[in-house]
Amino acid sequence: MVSKDQKRWNIAANIVMTIMTALAILPFILLIIASFTEENTALKYGYSYFPKAFSLDAYAYILQNASTFVRAYGMTIVVTALGTAASIVLTALTAYVLSKKGLPGGKILTLIVVFTMLFNGGLVATYISYVTIFHIKNTLFALVCPSLLMNAFSIMLVRNYFANSIPEEIYESARIDGASELTIFFKLVLPLSVPILATVGLMAGIAYWNDWQNALYYVDDKKLYTIQAILNSINDSISALTSLGGSAGVTVADLPSTTIRMAVAVVGILPVLVVYPFFQKYFAAGLMAGSVKG
Amino acid sequence: MGTKKQKINWKHWMPFYLMFLPGAAYLLINNYIPLYGLQLAFKSFSYKKGIGGSKWIGFKNFKFLFSTSDAFIMIRNTLLYNILWIFIGMIFGITVAILFNEVKNAVAKKIYQTAILLPYLMSMVVVAYLVYAYLAGDTGLVNNAIVKGIFGKSDGVQWYGDQKYWPFILTFVQQWKQIGFGMLLYLASLLGIDNSYYEAAMLDGATKWQQIKLITLPLLKPTIIMLVILNLGQIFRSDFGLFYQVPMNQGALFGTTQTIDTYVYRALLENNNVGMSAAASFLQSIVGFIFIITANAIVRRLDENSSLF
Repeated sequence: MVSKDQKRWNIAANIVMTIMTALAILPFILLIIASFTEENTALKYGYSYFPKAFSLDAYAYILQNASTFVRAYGMTIVVTALGTAASIVLTALTAYVLSKKGLPGGKILTLIVVFTMLFNGGLVATYISYVTIFHIKNTLFALVCPSLLMNAFSIMLVRNYFANSIPEEIYESARIDGASELTIFFKLVLPLSVPILATVGLMAGIAYWNDWQNALYYVDDKKLYTIQAILNSINDSISALTSLGGSAGVTVADLPSTTIRMAVAVVGILPVLVVYPFFQKYFAAGLMAGSVKG
Repeated sequence: MGTKKQKINWKHWMPFYLMFLPGAAYLLINNYIPLYGLQLAFKSFSYKKGIGGSKWIGFKNFKFLFSTSDAFIMIRNTLLYNILWIFIGMIFGITVAILFNEVKNAVAKKIYQTAILLPYLMSMVVVAYLVYAYLAGDTGLVNNAIVKGIFGKSDGVQWYGDQKYWPFILTFVQQWKQIGFGMLLYLASLLGIDNSYYEAAMLDGATKWQQIKLITLPLLKPTIIMLVILNLGQIFRSDFGLFYQVPMNQGALFGTTQTIDTYVYRALLENNNVGMSAAASFLQSIVGFIFIITANAIVRRLDENSSLF
């Protein structure tokens, strides 16, 4: 029997959640419609959910400068793939060592990792040391290395998984078979830890895909721009459009810049919007795993 | 056999130390070597001379920093936004989590969760574009459809030109982006509550509201306290992306949008003022460290399993 009270709560909950859903999605719909709005209509009446005239001019501009965007997507994909792969291996290796019971000095090694969660040198010290000691400005390293490659939270998450979910006997029998520790790690531990590594990898992948800060700090060579870096540079000044396209003699005034801006953003987020429903479950699981630490 | 009680089998452990090396090398480069750069707060930095070679100048950078009104504004903004958002986020997070839990239809649940988490997945740059579509002075939807359309004003509001709107705009945007994550945070412990409490309460004829007040909230209390304290440990840090991207880097808005992180960035890379930037950054590191350590010490006394270390 469902009581009246329960029914009322159920309806109220559905109403509130429907409103929240609409609030979450409507801005994206406006962005997409704005990108298909005719330029003069947008200038005269502003961005609208029901524009008086549609046009594909903004996308025509993007197609004309397709090489810029193709290159940027290439950079985003390379950086995300490289960074995520390296991140998973580094995180797993480090976490594996920390998960070893009885490792002499294990507490010190844990402290070395955990300390980075508590204290951080801040942007100035980090920036100056990366730039003056490691000279990473305008290199691929600048997009992969700073801050994103490995973090203590993920290490501890994976460490706890190793410690709690892989029985000690498995290691023993492998050792008796004469397997080296590295073989055990790659052939036994990694395959047994696919769920947690997928979670950590997904989070790292999203962080790389979304990153614009490393490009903002360390990259001004436009050849290295990722899609997020392009979005950032256009946001900073719409005149970046002309320099990015490399079309000489074109000024912003000649371009349908009001709608191009939105079309570029749509191009930037479309792949994510398309695949997101499929990995939503894992994304939520990853966030939950991080939140209930250990 | 030796007489030592326990001889460490180095040959057995050696591979593990080697396996730790790549991660250690990264932490060295990304986290530990930068600590050497903290001394820049007390130096007059020149790129030519490098970190070690630059001249010591004592507390001059700090003196300059605090002789401007910037220091007060950015610290005030950082602290106030954080404190406000911790409590707003907590109330919204719990409310939405409880309501989400009341939805019984699995398909509806999936749709709601997918949608509400979508903003959290987006980068702040993308969020800035979304906000711009609504708030742009000439072409924004709010000015055209609401300010001029509904209220019939002849001129739109210059949202990006007046700092007084931004505490509200930033709060809305922050909650909009964060609410899905906030919900999940509380949902995790909500799902951990034993169903038999509710069954017993229903047998006694308790209403839903009574169940929430007398079962759900009291049982969530430890989680709430932990999260609030751990978040308080972070109040000297701010989300650089939110404060830098969403207000479109507009100078007129700095009074309500400048935080320590945006100041440090602007002084370092836009105004080339390494000294004051380093001083602010140093302060953030040290005070932030003290906050985090204190928060953790408190959490550990309350519940050992919830602390970071």
